[in-house]
Amino acid sequence: MREQDARERACNFREVSLGYSKEEALREAERCLQCPDEPCVRGCPVNIDIPAFIDKITAKNFRGAYDVITDTNLLPAVCGRVCPQESQCEGVCTVGDTLEPVAIGRLERFVGDMAIAEGWINRPYVEPSGFRVAIVGSGPAGMACAADMAKAGCEVVVYEAFHEPGGVLKYGIPDFRLPNAVVDVEIEKLRALGVRFECNTLVGRLFTVEDLLDTMEYDAVFVGTGAGYPSFMGIPGESLNGVLSANELLTRCNLMRARDFPQFDTPLQAGTRVAVIGAGNTAMDALRVSLRLGAQAVHCIYRRGKAEAPARAEELHHAAEEGVEFHWLTNPVAILGDGENRVRGLRCQRMELGEPDASGRRRPVAVEGSDFEFECDSVVFAIGTNANPILGQTSDLALDPRGYIATDAALATSLFGVWAGGDIVTGAATVIEAMGAGRKAARGMKAWLGLRDTDSVYAERPLERMLGLPPGEHGHARLRAG
Amino acid sequence: MPLEQPTVFPIVARDDFTDVTFMLEIRHPAMARAARAGQFVIVMDSEHGERIPLTLADFDVDRGTITLVIQAVGKTTREMQQKCVVGSHLFAVTGPMGIPSRIGDAKKVVCVGGGLGVAPAFPQARAHARNGAFVIGVIGYRNRQLMFWEDRFRSVCDEVRVCTDDGSAGIRGMVTEGLRHAIAAHPDIDEVIAIGPPIMMKACAEVTRPLGIRTVVSLNPVMVDGTGMCGGCRVKIGDGIKFACVDGPDFDAHRVDFDDLMARLGRFRPSEQAALHKWAETCRMHDAAVPEDRC
Repeated sequence: MREQDARERACNFREVSLGYSKEEALREAERCLQCPDEPCVRGCPVNIDIPAFIDKITAKNFRGAYDVITDTNLLPAVCGRVCPQESQCEGVCTVGDTLEPVAIGRLERFVGDMAIAEGWINRPYVEPSGFRVAIVGSGPAGMACAADMAKAGCEVVVYEAFHEPGGVLKYGIPDFRLPNAVVDVEIEKLRALGVRFECNTLVGRLFTVEDLLDTMEYDAVFVGTGAGYPSFMGIPGESLNGVLSANELLTRCNLMRARDFPQFDTPLQAGTRVAVIGAGNTAMDALRVSLRLGAQAVHCIYRRGKAEAPARAEELHHAAEEGVEFHWLTNPVAILGDGENRVRGLRCQRMELGEPDASGRRRPVAVEGSDFEFECDSVVFAIGTNANPILGQTSDLALDPRGYIATDAALATSLFGVWAGGDIVTGAATVIEAMGAGRKAARGMKAWLGLRDTDSVYAERPLERMLGLPPGEHGHARLRAG
Repeated sequence: MPLEQPTVFPIVARDDFTDVTFMLEIRHPAMARAARAGQFVIVMDSEHGERIPLTLADFDVDRGTITLVIQAVGKTTREMQQKCVVGSHLFAVTGPMGIPSRIGDAKKVVCVGGGLGVAPAFPQARAHARNGAFVIGVIGYRNRQLMFWEDRFRSVCDEVRVCTDDGSAGIRGMVTEGLRHAIAAHPDIDEVIAIGPPIMMKACAEVTRPLGIRTVVSLNPVMVDGTGMCGGCRVKIGDGIKFACVDGPDFDAHRVDFDDLMARLGRFRPSEQAALHKWAETCRMHDAAVPEDRC
């Protein structure tokens, strides 16, 4: 896939990966073996029928490919860009046993982008079921749940605390990886399904989860508020000016457009020598955003080795290409101040890997007497998040010992009629896992409300595909003439 | 019935207390109903604006409004001072945020408001009064010309002590003077609430610390989302780190590290000054192009 040149792109916020051309997509689709046991489908958290959509691409039926993907995944343009395919579909691809696996993610993105360019939308005709569903949080979990419930004929309202919808897709993932414009298109598709977004609404404080059911007359509620309470390490110097969480850096830059200060009012004191602690996807985003904001040197500090880094392979690769310096097996022990409350450096120690810990990764152990210092003027923590406390403070939702919302296997919470999914249940995970959770919760809600699944019935498909089938077979969906 | 969330936030009343301090009353019936003393909102004046936290100065269920008192000090607040007239609206108002103040079983309470802090101290004084407490208001200003809301305090407090730095009204001196007078007159004070600039809250904490009087302060650090997501508002409380937006904004004054708070409040000062400077430039250019009364 074509990419912007590393040196050039490190100075702008335009997308890094330029996407497949039609010819490239056709060539890549040819590589799929269409193997009968379909390991890729099982490797996908939402079980997209991958061989089927690739087959459609090979047949140059791009609209057909889009229809196949959107049977199970509402947001191909998003997921094709941000899924960790190497540990999902592509990781189990049969071709990958001997060669490079089929680039499923890039093909998915190709189809998603074509749908945006062509204005395709698969809008089912839905017969109103009379049920009302409230979704708390407009990130990937909430969007996926909203789509499924809207397709099932429910009146769906999504509440968002920020001033615009999209959650982590907007505030977290930077434009060079997932342009906010792509997210907006996907949100428009939800609106076309009849989903309503209510921004500037902090559920828990403006009204409670219980109010949604009791006084606001919703029949079911889905909570997908994300994890969002960033962790710090508790080392000396964390309150110095120049120390911030990756969430703060990314939100200021992406959602609030601090990168365009002072045309936009939100400031961001970008460092010239930046140290980012952590090596997950958020850390990569923080590193690469810092470069684009003009930092001269950007360091990634991680206490384990490269093999243990949780970031997608492509993000690590892109970051290295753009000039990020990696310091593996390095643990910060103190942030050093300049005497005027600003950061002047970081003291670290070397680590070595010991026995595996609870996560199955080898536990890093400090090497005695290996302390060293290096110069930096900004330190960004990207070491994960804790559970956001607001709904715990304001509702009777049962929480697990770590403060996340407790659910059963079907994602039902302790409150009758309330489901939850995504990072607020599992702790920080991926976009596609959150979407999978949103859909799983929707299945539970539909069963509970007595609704039949209407996922795969679209009005705008070729008519002959639907002819001969009694309308009753389609649950609450009806074929719209014309 | 389902509550409709407003998509615009109309300004229904405005009162200018001084040439830098002004009050906005904003229609938001759902928030007027939900709000409690001690909570705050996040406001954006325009699509390009920043998110600024402002503690609620009042909320009125009958009128369906919330009230904010704002000091025009930076680019955003000065722009609001110009733009926010009755009939206009704000781009975004989110809240109420934060944990409401604990209106406990205190029988005698001192509510200290310093400068702009007089406004958010008012709902607390009223809540304690409604809870049956004997409420002493201590309100401080630099001088008589900057005074506002003395009438509101008198309407809910059993006793009000006004302080001015120059002695042009009430006691000459800072609010700590007023607080000391109140404590001297009332040996049975259960709780002190102090809201104002960090240096003032710190001074109040030092007045009550040796006496062991429970003291609560409302912190207003720099925030972005106000929902616990960014950690920008983290403050040192005792040995721990708390986020003012979701763990506060009220904290035990005797455990707050005010020096840390003050140092962190200045972290965007260079950008803030650049923004203000650029904005002032634009206004001057605007002034030259159109009649003065338009700007």
